[in-house]
Amino acid sequence: MRNLLILGAGTAGTMIANKLRKRLPREDWQITIVDRDDRHHYQPGYLFMPFGTYTEKQVVRSRHAFLPDGVDFVIADIDQVDPEASTVALTDGRNLPYDYLVIATGTTPRPDETPGMLGPEWRKSIFDFYTLEGSAALAKTLEHFDRGRLVVHVTEMPIKCPVAPLEFVFLAEAWLRGRGVRDRVELTYVTPLPGAFTKPAASEHLGSMLDERKIALEADFMVESIDNEAKTLVSYDEREIPFDLLVTVPLNMGADFVARSGMGDELNYVPVDKHTLQSKKYANVFAVGDASDIPASKAGSVAHFAVDIFVHNFLELIEGRPMTESFDGHANCFVESGDGKGLLIDFNYDTEPLPGRFPLPKVGPLDLLKESRANHLGKLAFRHIYWNVLLPGRPMPIPTHMSMAGKVTTSENKEK
Amino acid sequence: MPVTTIEGHQIHVDDEGFMTEYDEWSEDLSKVLAAQIGIDLSDEHWQAIRFLRSDFAEQGETATLRRVSVQGGIPTKRLFQLFPKKPAKKMAYIAGLPKPQGCV
Repeated sequence: MRNLLILGAGTAGTMIANKLRKRLPREDWQITIVDRDDRHHYQPGYLFMPFGTYTEKQVVRSRHAFLPDGVDFVIADIDQVDPEASTVALTDGRNLPYDYLVIATGTTPRPDETPGMLGPEWRKSIFDFYTLEGSAALAKTLEHFDRGRLVVHVTEMPIKCPVAPLEFVFLAEAWLRGRGVRDRVELTYVTPLPGAFTKPAASEHLGSMLDERKIALEADFMVESIDNEAKTLVSYDEREIPFDLLVTVPLNMGADFVARSGMGDELNYVPVDKHTLQSKKYANVFAVGDASDIPASKAGSVAHFAVDIFVHNFLELIEGRPMTESFDGHANCFVESGDGKGLLIDFNYDTEPLPGRFPLPKVGPLDLLKESRANHLGKLAFRHIYWNVLLPGRPMPIPTHMSMAGKVTTSENKEK
Repeated sequence: MPVTTIEGHQIHVDDEGFMTEYDEWSEDLSKVLAAQIGIDLSDEHWQAIRFLRSDFAEQGETATLRRVSVQGGIPTKRLFQLFPKKPAKKMAYIAGLPKPQGCV
């Protein structure tokens, strides 16, 4: 009997358990998955909670309900991995041996890493929206917010769902406008990046969307601390940004057990081959989803495409054959822009988000890098797809590898 | 890929002037590159640059500010003083390494 041990029952871990249980004979393979609790969060839903669109019930379900029969679900905290002995120690004293290990424990916000973030103003005038608690608390405060300086801030890259802070500021702008108080609120978007987003075409397009909405952009801002008394963000190069309400995305880091196991980089991400997700150090260890150090967006879509590649390769690997599939860093993200509209971006390691049309069977093409009602509806529909199609490991109508079909490249743009 | 000549050294650079060939760099060249962006190299500057060079040789990527502070042992605040305004870019430029990748 061989053991596949999966750490983390989030998007990547749950999908892997579902896909591999179907492919690995039960008499030969035991599959065990570990998580600290039985609450699976639909994390993209956090974005909508502050504006009252979603409730807690719609974004949290039992992890257990999404795991197939024949997979052992262990609820426990992970102490550390001993990659030399191929065992994982849990904090309750249990020791789980493995033949193959998948680390899928994601990344989490660490407000404690920025001096002053967890000060007296935390959850009073300083909020995060990347946790259920933070998002729920922010919803209560936003209800009464009708004047002053609203600052939306990203601490340091990489963060999970890198478009979410932009979506938040677009939604906040539309929401304030809808309540008739937009002209009493000064909106500022603060980022450590040189522009609105990471890749040139998308950065320019999203940057002009900030301009159109009269949202000020403060770029290249590396926060050093937050002054709770003066209510200001202070940068390493001594700029200060005052706020009445700060919505921040704290530093993101991988799980602490990764560091305790000596398997992580400076942010606790597991170094892996970016095409196979296999650990650079241990051939029987993989990191899939946000837990790895691949230079791709930390996003559910990336986890989904990476899982497809991993499953294919894993079945080859355990038969002693070379792994033949290669992950291209594919990401596919809806970006909410307010007023019931959204954009779609589709990109990978080598190709930045481009304008054009995204072919989608049955539904029809969606606009790329351009606001449309259909993209917003796609984003809302995705919650249902996530629970009912994606997590159970059913086939999705989106190709695993990024396709250039429908995309307009820069040279074509210039000709037009 | 453009080629440029700096004080007799022929080097390959990208559109923004970041060197693209690891082995074309030298300590002498570093001083010239630093002077171009108004930096006079002290021992502390060299500590950062040598960390970037050796880390790149191992990792194949230009270190982020966090990496220089955590692994290289130079606090971020100090890096902002040594290489004002845009330390990550300036360090990479002087160390003859590709521009640090904007994360995705």
